[in-house]
Amino acid sequence: MAELILISTLNGVLYGLLLFLMASGLTLIFSMMGVLNFAHASFYMLGAFLGFQISRWAGFWMALIVAPVLVGLAGAVVERFGLRNVHRHGHVAELLFTFGLAFVIEELVQIVWGKSPVDFRTPALLDFPAFTVFATNYPAYKLFMLVISIAIFVGLFVMLTRTRIGLIVQAALTHPHMVAHLGHNVPFVFMSVFGVGAALAGIAGVIAGPALVTQSSMAALLGPILFVVVVVGGLGSLQGALFASLLIGLLQTFAISINLSLSDIFAGSGFTPEPNTLLGDLWRVSVAQIAPILPYVLLILVLIFKPTGLFGNRET
Amino acid sequence: MSDAIATRGATTAAQTSIGRVAPWGVWIAAGLLLAGLPLVFRSGTALTMLSLMGIAIIFALSYNMLLGQTGMLSFGHAVYYGLGAYFSVHAINWAIAAKLPIPLLLMPLAGGFAGLLFAVLFGWVSTKRSGTAFAMISLGLAELVGSSSLILRSFFGGEEGVTTNRTKLLRLFDWNFGPQIQVYYLIAAWCLLSIALMYALTRTPFGRMCNAVRDNSERAQFVGYNPQVVRFIAFCLSGMFAGIAGGLASINFELANSALFSAVQSGNVLLATFIGGAGHFVGPILGAVLVTYLQNMLSDVTEVWQLYFGLMFIATVMYAPGGLAGLIMMHGPIWRAGALSKLLLAYAVLLVPIALVAVGAVLVIEMMTHLGVKAAEGTTMKMAGITFDARSWLAWALALILLLAGGGLARLAWHRVAAAWDRAQGVAREKGLTI
Repeated sequence: MAELILISTLNGVLYGLLLFLMASGLTLIFSMMGVLNFAHASFYMLGAFLGFQISRWAGFWMALIVAPVLVGLAGAVVERFGLRNVHRHGHVAELLFTFGLAFVIEELVQIVWGKSPVDFRTPALLDFPAFTVFATNYPAYKLFMLVISIAIFVGLFVMLTRTRIGLIVQAALTHPHMVAHLGHNVPFVFMSVFGVGAALAGIAGVIAGPALVTQSSMAALLGPILFVVVVVGGLGSLQGALFASLLIGLLQTFAISINLSLSDIFAGSGFTPEPNTLLGDLWRVSVAQIAPILPYVLLILVLIFKPTGLFGNRET
Repeated sequence: MSDAIATRGATTAAQTSIGRVAPWGVWIAAGLLLAGLPLVFRSGTALTMLSLMGIAIIFALSYNMLLGQTGMLSFGHAVYYGLGAYFSVHAINWAIAAKLPIPLLLMPLAGGFAGLLFAVLFGWVSTKRSGTAFAMISLGLAELVGSSSLILRSFFGGEEGVTTNRTKLLRLFDWNFGPQIQVYYLIAAWCLLSIALMYALTRTPFGRMCNAVRDNSERAQFVGYNPQVVRFIAFCLSGMFAGIAGGLASINFELANSALFSAVQSGNVLLATFIGGAGHFVGPILGAVLVTYLQNMLSDVTEVWQLYFGLMFIATVMYAPGGLAGLIMMHGPIWRAGALSKLLLAYAVLLVPIALVAVGAVLVIEMMTHLGVKAAEGTTMKMAGITFDARSWLAWALALILLLAGGGLARLAWHRVAAAWDRAQGVAREKGLTI
């Protein structure tokens, strides 16, 4: 039991931090432009596939640096030539633009790398068990992911709260006109934030690629969860995004490892509903089976009881 | 000035006299068109496609009650479509088992009822919010229902879904609905009825309140309406019509499976509605017809048709946010002023460079596809009857030249079109047809 809790906690925190790497960029972009970037998970996928391709040519460490930069540039181009033009048609048009973009990126990835998963391996340097708890080997690569995620989180936090750049970005969030009057190039700030947000998603893609499966459906699988994170945390709140990322990471990893169903819990009661009825289905379904829908249940509960999200302070 | 007013007065008088005949005329014409189409397009594939178009029209119009009329962007409209399909299938199976005298004609009502029921339930949660948050909740609900449908196997039938037999119900006029033509007429009848009802709804005070909530919900509130209630009612009615569309789909395929809930289904209806034009009532009808046609035709021509689809959608969002219907309606006053012909000439000039860009883009995409997914088939490929090597620098250079030159020429031609547009607009303004 202690083993299960320890390993699940580690995995949950790791998954949560990965989610936060993406959610942080998403929520920064949202607070700045008021648009929820539907294609954010697609940048994560692009990072994973570019990482895979570059690591074949120049090794994993090169990929870890080059792929996020490329993804960031792609993000900046999307903002400069796409979103900025759509902006005058309103938020719905912007959301639809990113929706179409997600669609197109998925198709492009399928064209270049195919529909089946690619063989993205962990680098040889990190391919060993870091430590052994009870009987489980914990891979060094996962530890590396943990360290990278925490380092980026700390770096982002310091940059936003302690540096001049962070000051300008924060000011541009709330008072874009004032910042422009002070002589800063606000459209450039927007483009940079979009690019950096995309690059963060790209890093998440490169480091998650070898650990999870790198395939063309990975964006569609992760995207909805990412939106749950930012809505549950409160749209536009970084602290909220961190809290919700960890919450959902832990929730999902723990749920997957619990193989209990109502029939196990009430085994002593002698009540067994007929199989092949709705109640029978519900009675026998295990917690592990409903793990994928738990984030959405959480989303609905949060929206009923605290419509602004856990840390948010504005209705949208 | 007084001339202009006089002309405007005359046209309004003329329009009202046409207006008395036109509404009924349009519906009778639509009915005749739906009845006559199978006589023109006789083949089996054409009939199947016409049936699919009918279903897609109802679905897209129901979606536009949210997006176009009330300004709510939903990413999960397939939920009500799918539930409508499942409830219809179960209703048919139940009626067969219990030997109830219910004709197939009424079975889409079961779907509509299911759509309404679940829209009341889910709408109560989701319409509390508008804008981006509403869009995200709709996405979450779609994932929730999609995943649940795989867990609750007794009702949703797991991966295989639930099948039915539409021919076993009570027969009216000796129609057993075995042949596709009879199913087509069933769909056409429901389609016409649904279009009429949804159109009538936009003419009621409630329809106007939906538009008010879309345009400025704060002002709507000041007038004394609760925007949340307006959104909720619109959502419920929209779910009901989506359920009817789902019911018809399940009758058409004699099957309901979990693919009906997929994100692809929700995405397609959004694409169709927006490409057709969310701002006009006819928009979604055009979009549904076009998208259904392209889905069936393009998938035969190219493997990557979904990419073209996505690019078409992005182009619509960027350059024609009013969709097809918006583009057409823009030209109404100019046509009535008789200034359209010169404008069309400018369009024809613009069409040439746009065609160049399109050919270049198609070439690049197809060559990429050939080198990527279809690498195993070798690098030789065939397009428009010409065989060439997908790796030859000549082909790539040609494609890039087409893209760049086409793009440059399009910019030049665009200025001409803009000037021609201004002139035509000026003519229409002089005649008092536009402001």
